[in-house]
Amino acid sequence: MLRPRIIPCLLVHNRGLVKTVQFRDPKYVGDPLNAVKIFNEKEADELLVIDIDASVNEVEPDYQLIKNIASECRMPLCYGGGVKNVDQAQRIINLGAEKVALSSALINDIDLVSKIGSVIGNQSVVAVMDIKKRGLFKKQEIFTHNATKSTGLDPVDFAIKLAAKGVGEIVINSVDQDGVMQGYDYDLIDKIKSKVNLPITALGGAGSLDDLEELISKFGVIGAAAGSLFVFKGVYKAVLINYPNPEQKLEMIHKAF
Amino acid sequence: MIGIINYGSGNIQAILNIHKKLNVHAFIANSTEELTKAEKLILPGVGAFDETMNKLISSGLIDSLNDCVLAKKTPVLGICVGMQIMANRSDEGTMNGLGWFDAEVKKLNPVNKKGEAVLMPHMGWNSVQQKYDSDLLNGIDPARGFYFLHSYHFVCKNEDDILAETHYGDTITSAISKENIYGTQFHPEKSHTNGIRVFKNFSEL
Repeated sequence: MLRPRIIPCLLVHNRGLVKTVQFRDPKYVGDPLNAVKIFNEKEADELLVIDIDASVNEVEPDYQLIKNIASECRMPLCYGGGVKNVDQAQRIINLGAEKVALSSALINDIDLVSKIGSVIGNQSVVAVMDIKKRGLFKKQEIFTHNATKSTGLDPVDFAIKLAAKGVGEIVINSVDQDGVMQGYDYDLIDKIKSKVNLPITALGGAGSLDDLEELISKFGVIGAAAGSLFVFKGVYKAVLINYPNPEQKLEMIHKAF
Repeated sequence: MIGIINYGSGNIQAILNIHKKLNVHAFIANSTEELTKAEKLILPGVGAFDETMNKLISSGLIDSLNDCVLAKKTPVLGICVGMQIMANRSDEGTMNGLGWFDAEVKKLNPVNKKGEAVLMPHMGWNSVQQKYDSDLLNGIDPARGFYFLHSYHFVCKNEDDILAETHYGDTITSAISKENIYGTQFHPEKSHTNGIRVFKNFSEL
């Protein structure tokens, strides 16, 4: 049986790992390679690493860092941040990542999905949608550049278009829930997931293993990604990398199914 | 001595690191000379079928690879698309595969035989069922399984070539074996303890 994936999401800023709240106030939480080593030991299902500087600073992805992370990583790795073309995506796959995540570049050119897919395989092309409520009616829109630029695009419509282009996975990243640790935006996830027939990963809002369990019980086979949950411990948010052990994970899945 | 074939596809470094951890001597095989030196070969793979075949052809290693595997009977392990190119052809492209197995690579069906929708691609951790005892999968935990990431699957004409199956929508082939040739649809280099065990088993074959 295919199982839901529980995925630590690591944000890279100035070559260190950080954690944000609603995409702001990055707090330093440690060294990326050290974190990868710990998640290896804890047998994490998958890792999502996002460089939050690359697109904003309009620089190339940090290939040396990606190479170091990928060679250390004994679990599947998805890299995102600053990827804009086929050559970059291919280079990242050749460095040892399994998947490449795209975000702002897809807003400009959605055909990048098929262009990149024809080289690295569509299953390895991931779209990340950063979604934030906007205006008086709190309409949810896709944002880019660390949630500073609105695109005016409706996430459900855009997800349907991405699916038609053959994208391998969509990461639904809720800006409003980021770092708040109060649970996922289940309505938003439901609206998108019910419209597309491809793997979905939810990110933003997980504050406890109960939140992961709730997500899995609502949606079954889904990617449950989290940042704060796996790097902080306790009410004072002490930095401590943690991850459920295999038995906890299985128990969570059994309860939910 | 295990040669990991470097033709520009797949996570060579991660595979090398696992062998270091296992204390098994492995090296990156870049040339015909290095390829023929290896007692065993690993054919990694991430990417689309034609792209992978093109890379293998332009690496200039294909003739010596065929010679090692088919004439010298050097044991070989193909991973993901590195296994898929062992078939005759694929729905994903137009190029010929290596043709080591009488098999085709077909697109996974987004609707199963019961008419239920199946998410495409097949992504994540899934269990495996061994069809017969093989040293390659000795000691693995079949329930914990392996990491899969693919939209196309290996369809053997000869049932005996199927080493393990996995349920995803319908039953798909997750590992193959014939004489000295082995392949896994899943990524052992990204499958923690079970994956490490596969490399250990392969090194001890």
